[in-house]
Amino acid sequence: MYPASFEYHSPTTVKDALGLMGKLGDDAKLLAGGHSLIPMMKLRLAQPKHLIDLRNVPGLKGVKEDGGTIVIGAMTTWYELETNAIVKAKCPIVSETASIVGDPAVRNLGTIGGGLAHADPAADMPATAIACNFEMVCEGPKGRRTVKVDEWFQGLMSTALKEDEILVEVRVPALAKGTGAAYLKFPHPASRFAIVGVAAVISTDGKGTCSKASIGVTGAGTKAVRAKGVEAGLSGKNLAGAGAIEAAAQKGAEGVDVQADLQGSVEYKAHLCRVFAKRAVEAAAKRAG
Amino acid sequence: MKLPVKMTINGQSVSHEVEPRFLLVHYIRETVGLTGTHVGCDTSQCGACTITLNGQAVKSCTLFTVQADGANIMTIEGLAKDGELHPIQQGFWEKHGLQCGFCTPGMIMLAVQMLERYPKPSEEVIRHQLEGNLCRCTGYHNIVKAIEWAADKMAAAK
Ligand SMILES: Cc1cc2nc3c(=O)[nH]c(=O)nc-3n(C[C@H](O)[C@H](O)[C@H](O)COP(=O)(O)OP(=O)(O)OC[C@H]3O[C@@H](n4cnc5c(N)ncnc54)[C@H](O)[C@@H]3O)c2cc1C
Ligand code: FES
Ligand code: FES
Repeated sequence: MYPASFEYHSPTTVKDALGLMGKLGDDAKLLAGGHSLIPMMKLRLAQPKHLIDLRNVPGLKGVKEDGGTIVIGAMTTWYELETNAIVKAKCPIVSETASIVGDPAVRNLGTIGGGLAHADPAADMPATAIACNFEMVCEGPKGRRTVKVDEWFQGLMSTALKEDEILVEVRVPALAKGTGAAYLKFPHPASRFAIVGVAAVISTDGKGTCSKASIGVTGAGTKAVRAKGVEAGLSGKNLAGAGAIEAAAQKGAEGVDVQADLQGSVEYKAHLCRVFAKRAVEAAAKRAG
Repeated sequence: MKLPVKMTINGQSVSHEVEPRFLLVHYIRETVGLTGTHVGCDTSQCGACTITLNGQAVKSCTLFTVQADGANIMTIEGLAKDGELHPIQQGFWEKHGLQCGFCTPGMIMLAVQMLERYPKPSEEVIRHQLEGNLCRCTGYHNIVKAIEWAADKMAAAK
């Protein structure tokens, strides 16, 4: 399969990339790992006239620490996140999520910036982004701004990123003490995309009572969402108590605009949301101690 | 508009002018003439087109040739040295890791990266690492055995 013809640009600074975007407007698309965009171009679902490849822009790759925050460059690959020592120590759920994206070849090229900008409804990291309260740093012609995750995912493959902006970095709060986190998914058997995926971040008071719960759900609807019903059902509850998690997880599909597709009916996917909410919360609570 | 590209494939330097939309797998097969790298699905799922790019396994049907400008590439043809099969190739031979052989070049190139990252992989690791490589014939069992065989052989050679 051949994509439609396009012109290829390979800027070496964010400023030059922004300049090209300003000049070329709607005709141009950014290229990161290409593992969402190129398949779409091959199917001619996307036919940009210009591609602006970010691979030669230094400074967009890698992980560093800024106080209690992990700062991840947008061009950092899933494999780098899977193996990065800082991420593994400070917010292991991010490594864990990255380690089950697609397959090893996809993880070698696909990037966190591309994944969060593309906002595929079945992508994994959006659930973890919501549960961990990521912040997205976008750079445009007028400078940088930071968008909180609750404002980021706006609809099917649409985000708060503006057309003239580049997502340059992702800021991830390190997990606090007494906090456990887990991401679990029911993967599509061929692509490994999430049919349903749930990320849970659970804080406890040390005696088994949940002081804070943050839950993200991906896969079932048109976009990843926060499972507010589950969060409310958990906070203040003793998680060791019989049925506490089970009861809260019953709200796992609330607020999700569950879509029927080849993978399953609305009822089936809503059921998976509840099952995976329970499993993810149990795993996170166990890690919280 | 065509653009110049230059890269190293199996130790040889190559340079051509290509259209930006020309996929790397077509460049390798049609322009350079190395047809060991296969196109199975052409939709990024099957891994038959797997090569290594700067040491990392990638699906060459999901990469434009221009993105590989300056890269160091290895294909299945680059693996045997002086007529002697690479231990992973030997493993597929010894353990009957293939039937029709269509998926095999991709399986082997992925296994090259796997054994670099996990020199003594458990069966679980092998299966997780092979998630992006599909085989219609073997049922994977002998592919896992072939990679285990190669891991032992490579460990013994160290
Ligand atoms: C076989 C296969 C299996 C997969 N399985 C999974 C899976 O299980 N789970 C999962 O989550 N994902 C999966 N993916 C998707 C994969 O993770 C993609 O790599 C990722 O979603 C997009 O990242 P990318 O760097 O490849 O982006 P690209 O494809 O390069 O870009 C995607 C979109 O984002 C835009 N963009 C990219 N970077 C930026 C930026 N910095 N700022 C602004 N806009 C930007 C591009 O213009 C484009 O519109 C799979 C992909 C394949 C091919
Ligand atoms: S041909 Fe490239 S993944 Fe199938
Ligand atoms: S041996 Fe036939 S596809 Fe794997």
